Amino acid sequence: MNDMRPLERIVDTDNVKIAAKNVQVYYGDTHAIKDVDVDILANTVTAFIGPSGCGKSTFLRCINRMNDTIDIARIEGNILLDGEDIYDKRVDPVQLRARVGMVFQKPNPFPKSIYDNVAYGPKIHGLARNKAELDEIVEKALRRGAIWDEVKDRLHASGTGLSGGQQQRLCIARAVATEPEVLLMDEPCSALDPIATAQVEELIDELKETYSVVIVTHSMQQAARVSQKTAFFHLGNLVEYGDTGDIFNTPQDQRTESYITGRIG
Amino acid sequence: MTDATASGAAPERRHTSLMTADKGTRRRNAAEARFRAYGLAAIAVGLAALVILLVSILSQGLSSFRQAYVTLDVPLTAETLDPGGNRDPADIASVSTFGYSSIIRDAVLNTFRNAGIEIEGLSEDEARGIISPEASAQIRDRVLADPELIGQTVEIEVLANSWIDGYFKGRVTDRTAELNSNVSPAQIQLAQAMQDAGILNVHFNWAFITAPDASDNRPEAAGLGVAIIGSLYMMLIVLCLALPIGVAASIYLEEFAPQNWFTDVIEVNISNLAAVPSIVYGILGLAIFINFAGLPQSAPIVGGLVLTLMTLPTIIIATRASLKAVPPSIRDAALGIGASKMQSVFHHVLPLAMPGILTGTIIGLAQALGETAPLLLIGMVAFVRDYPAAPPDGFFDPASALPVQVYNWTQRADPAFVERASGAIIVLLVFLLIMNTLAIVLRRRFERRW
Amino acid sequence: MPVFWILAIVLVLGAAGYVLGRARALSSAGDDYRSLHSLPSYYGWNAFILTVVPALLVLAAWMLIAPIVIDGMVSGLVDEGMQEGSNLSLLMSDVRRLAAGLDSAVSSGALSASEASGLVADNALAGRLMGLGISLGSSVTETTLAAAQRYRGLAAASQVWMAVVVIALAAGGLLLGLRRINPSFRARNAVETGLLALLILASSIAILTTLGIVLSMLFETINFFRQYPASEFFFSTTWSPDFRGNSELGILPLLWGTLYISLIALLVAVPVGLFAAIYLSEYAGPKMRAVAKPLIEVLAGIPTIVYGLFALITVGPALRDYFAQPLGLGNSSSSVMTAGLVMGIMLIPFVSSLSDDIINAVPQSMRDGSLGLGATPSETIRSVIIPAALPGIVGAVLLAASRAIGETMIVVLGAGAAAARLNEGLTEAINPFEAMTTVTVKIVSQLTGDTDFASPETLVAFALGLTLFVITLALNVLALYIVRKYREQYE
Repeated sequence: MNDMRPLERIVDTDNVKIAAKNVQVYYGDTHAIKDVDVDILANTVTAFIGPSGCGKSTFLRCINRMNDTIDIARIEGNILLDGEDIYDKRVDPVQLRARVGMVFQKPNPFPKSIYDNVAYGPKIHGLARNKAELDEIVEKALRRGAIWDEVKDRLHASGTGLSGGQQQRLCIARAVATEPEVLLMDEPCSALDPIATAQVEELIDELKETYSVVIVTHSMQQAARVSQKTAFFHLGNLVEYGDTGDIFNTPQDQRTESYITGRIG
Repeated sequence: MTDATASGAAPERRHTSLMTADKGTRRRNAAEARFRAYGLAAIAVGLAALVILLVSILSQGLSSFRQAYVTLDVPLTAETLDPGGNRDPADIASVSTFGYSSIIRDAVLNTFRNAGIEIEGLSEDEARGIISPEASAQIRDRVLADPELIGQTVEIEVLANSWIDGYFKGRVTDRTAELNSNVSPAQIQLAQAMQDAGILNVHFNWAFITAPDASDNRPEAAGLGVAIIGSLYMMLIVLCLALPIGVAASIYLEEFAPQNWFTDVIEVNISNLAAVPSIVYGILGLAIFINFAGLPQSAPIVGGLVLTLMTLPTIIIATRASLKAVPPSIRDAALGIGASKMQSVFHHVLPLAMPGILTGTIIGLAQALGETAPLLLIGMVAFVRDYPAAPPDGFFDPASALPVQVYNWTQRADPAFVERASGAIIVLLVFLLIMNTLAIVLRRRFERRW
Repeated sequence: MPVFWILAIVLVLGAAGYVLGRARALSSAGDDYRSLHSLPSYYGWNAFILTVVPALLVLAAWMLIAPIVIDGMVSGLVDEGMQEGSNLSLLMSDVRRLAAGLDSAVSSGALSASEASGLVADNALAGRLMGLGISLGSSVTETTLAAAQRYRGLAAASQVWMAVVVIALAAGGLLLGLRRINPSFRARNAVETGLLALLILASSIAILTTLGIVLSMLFETINFFRQYPASEFFFSTTWSPDFRGNSELGILPLLWGTLYISLIALLVAVPVGLFAAIYLSEYAGPKMRAVAKPLIEVLAGIPTIVYGLFALITVGPALRDYFAQPLGLGNSSSSVMTAGLVMGIMLIPFVSSLSDDIINAVPQSMRDGSLGLGATPSETIRSVIIPAALPGIVGAVLLAASRAIGETMIVVLGAGAAAARLNEGLTEAINPFEAMTTVTVKIVSQLTGDTDFASPETLVAFALGLTLFVITLALNVLALYIVRKYREQYE
C-alpha cells in the first residue's frame, strides 16, 4: 500500500455545505476541541485524519449533534448547515439528523430484518406514502449501498446475520434511505477486512455524486484514496486543512508532515 | 457496483429551514413529549405509592406509642389481699386478679372523691368501666413486688380502657360512642373531666414495646415484648446458621467447584430456591421440622431454621458476587509465594470479600425479619403471653414474631388492634431501617475499587 | 443424657484434641516446628476434626433415624391390637403424646418413675392423665398404654446408646488423631481435605432443601389423593371444605382467583415499572436517578405484611367507598382489585430494576444508530431498544408473575377468604370488586390452627402447595432460561 498519489479532482470551492467557526468542545473539564474552523463542501469527500484521541471523531459527532446524548459534553462556537446555525435553540436535532446522516465505526444493524433496518428511517420521517413506495425506497437505498444483489432474496432475514462488511454496507444503505444531504462516516472500515473495505471505499466514491461525505479515518492511504479534501487534527486542534493532494504532497505544517511520514501517531 | 450507478439520479431535496419545525417533526416531538410524560408519570406513581403507604401506616400507628393512663389512689386493704394477715408471699399470691375487683371499685370511688369529680348519672360499674380490665393485674403485680404496701393507700397508675384511650386519640367521638355498646357518651365526659382534673394522662407507652400480647378484650394492654424477643431469637439462629453455611457454600462454588453436573445442579437449585414462594418454605418447615423431626410448634428454633433455608440463597448470591469482585491477582500472589489454595482463600480472598458478604447477610436478615407467611404455618400465630426463656432453652419455648403479631392483631375484632398493628409495623420498619442503613454504611465504608 | 450435654462433651474432647495434637506435634519435632510438614496448629485441627466430625454426624443421623425405627417397632404393636374403625396414624400420635406426657410428668415430679411405668388402663386413668395435663384424641386402651410404655422404654434405651456411641466415637477419633502425629504427617493436606468436604456439604444443602420441599409435599399429596380423587381436585369448579366430611375441594376457583389477582397486579406493575425503568435509564439526569431509583427500590424492601396491612386498612376501604359501592359492584373491602393493586405496587420495583438491567444491556451503538438516523429518543426506545430487550423483559415479567402467584400476605389480608363462584355466571366470576381467594390463602387457612393430618381438608393444603410449587418453578425456570439466553446475546 505505497500508493500515496492523490487523485486529481476538480473541486468546486464555491459550494460550502457546512461551515464551522470557532468550535470548542469540552468533556467535563477536558478541552477536547480547540478553536476549529472548517468549511465542508457539497458533493465532496472530506477526510479527517490524525492520531488517536485528536478529536476528529468528536468533531464529526458535533456536525449532527450526536454529542447531545452525552451529558457532560458542552459545545461552543457555530456550525452552519446551509447558512443556518445547527446549535441554534430553535433547531430540532431530530430534523437536523434527518439531513445529516451518520455511519458508525462498528456496524450496528438493529436486531430486525434487513428490510426493517432500511425502512426504519423513511418510516420515522414519513417519507413513504404507502407500502409500494417504501419498498421502492428500500430497494433504492440497498442498491445505493451496493448490497442489493446480496440480500434481495432474504430481505426479511435478520440484519445481524450478515457478515461484517455486509452489515456495514447495510448501515450505509440505512443511512442513505432517509435521503440526507451530508453523510458522516466515523471510521467506517476499521472493523472490516480489506475486501469489504475496498467495496465500501468504492461506494463512498459513488455516494459523493449525491452527498457531501465526511469520513474520519485512521488510514492515510484511505484518506488519499477516497477524499478530495483532508483535514489534519492534532491534540484537539485543526492543524491543516486543504486539498488532499496538497496535504499529502506539500504539507505546510511540521506536525502534518511528521504524521504523514509516520513519525507521530 | 453497477447497481449504485443504476439509481444515479439525485433524490429530491427538501430545502426547509432547520429553524422551523415541519409538520411531521412537530407531531413527532409531541409524541416524544407524551412518551416522556408517561415515564415521569410512572415514577410519580411509584413514589406516590411509597408516600401514601408510609403516611397511611404512620398516621394509623403512631398513636399506639401513646396511651391513656389513670392515676388511682388505691386502698390496699389487708382483709382482701392478705386474709391470713401474715404477709406470706405465697398467701398474697393466692389472691387472684378477681380478688382485686373490689379494690379497684373502691379505688375509683376514692380517686373521684379526692379529685372532686361528680359521677352522677353514671352507675358505679360504668365509672369503673373507664379503667382497663388489665388494671387488677397491674395492681396485683405491684403488690406482689412489694408486699409492704398492703394496708396503705397507694397512688398507682393503671391503664384506661381502650375506648377511653380511643377518645383521646380521636378514634372514638361522642357520636360514635352513642352507637357503641362498649362506651357511653357519659363515660367520655367523665374521662374528659378526669383529664382536666389531672388524674388521667396520655403519655409515652413503653409497655407497647415491652409487654406481652393481651387477650381480645383488652387491646390497651397488648404489647410487642414476646414478638420482639421471638424475632430476635430467630434472627440469631438465622445469623448463626445461614452466614457460615452460605459463606462455605459460596467459597466452594466460586473457588473450588469443578465444572461438572453436580455443580450445575447446585447452581440451578440455588437460583430456583431464591424464587420459590415463601409459603412453600412454611410447608417444608411444618412437614420436616415439626411433623417429622418432632420439634415444638411456635418455637423460634423452627422459625429460625425455616428462615435460614429461605435466606441462604440470598446470602450465597451476595457472597459469590463479592468473592468474584476480588481480583485474581490477589489469589495468584498468595499462590505464588507457596500458600495452598485453601490458605489463599481463607487468608486473603475471604477477608477482602467480607464487607460485601456482611452487606448481603444484613439484607438477607432484613428480608427474613419481615417474612410472615411461612411462620403462620409453623404455628407462630399462637397466643403467647409468657416470655421465652434465655437461649438456648428459649429457642424451644413458644414465642411470636413481629410480622406475625401484626397479622394476629389484624384478625381481631376490636378496632384498637388496627392501631396496634400499625404501631407494630412502625417498630418493624424501624428495625429494617436500622439494618439497611447499617448495610449501606458498611458498603460505603469498605467499598473498594480495584 | 440430653443432647446438649453430649454436644458439650464432644466439643470439649475436640478442644482437648486440638491442644494435645498441637503439643504432641511440637514435641515430636523437638520444639522446632520448622521440621514439621505443616504448621503445628494444623496438627491440632486435624485431631479436632477427627474427634468432632464423625461423632456429630452419627449424632445427627441417630436423632433423625431413631424416631422412625422406634415408630416402626411400636406401630407393629399398635397394629395388632387395633380395634375396627380406628386410624393407625391417629393412634400413633396418641401413643407419642402419652409417652411424652408421662415423661414430662416424671421429670416434673408429678409421677415417680415406678408409678409411671405401673399405670393401668382403667377408667380412672383418663382423669388422672387429664390432671397431669395430658389430653388425648381417644380414650386410653390397654394397647395404647402398652405401646406408650414400650415407646418410652425404647426411647430411653436409644438415648443411652446414642450417648455411649457418640462419646466413644469422639474419644476414638481423638486417639486416632493423636496417634497419627509425626513430623512427616501432612496435617495441612488432611485438614484441607476435611474442610473441602465441609464446604461441599454446605453447598449440597441447596439440593437437600429442594429435595425436602418436593418430598414433604409429595408424600402428603399422595396421601391426599388416596382419600380424595385427583380428577375432582383438578377439575371440580367448587371449593367448599367441610371438616365434617363431604368437602368439595376443586382447585379451579382458587387458581382462577390467583391468576386474576396476579393479572391485575401485572397490569399495574408492568407498565409502571417498565416506564419508570425507561425514564430512569434513558431520560433522567444523574441527580434524578440518584434520588428516584433508591426511593423506588425502598418499595422492594418493605415486607409483604406491611403491604397486606396497607390493603386492609387503606386501599380496601377506599376502593369500596369510592368505586365498588357507587358503581354497585359490591360491598366488600377485600377484593381482587384491592389485592391486585397493592401487589402491583409491591412488584413495581421488581419489574423496574430487572428491566433497568436489561435495557442497560442493550449496546449504546444501537441507540447511536437510531439517533444518527434522526429518530427521536422515544422512537429509538420503542422501535429499537424495546424490541432488542424484549426477551429479557418477557423474562422479567414472568419472574414477576411467579412472585405474584406465590405471594401470600397481601392476599390473606386483601383478597378475602371466599372462593370464586365459577358456577354462578360470568359476571360473578370476573367482578374485580368481589372477594376472591387464592391458592396461598387456602394453604394458610387449611394449615393454621388445630389441624388433623389425616383428613383431606388438611392434606389438600399439600396438594395446593405442590401445585403452586410446580407452577412457580416452571415460570422461574422458563424466565431464567430466557434471561440467560438474552444476556449471552450481548456478551
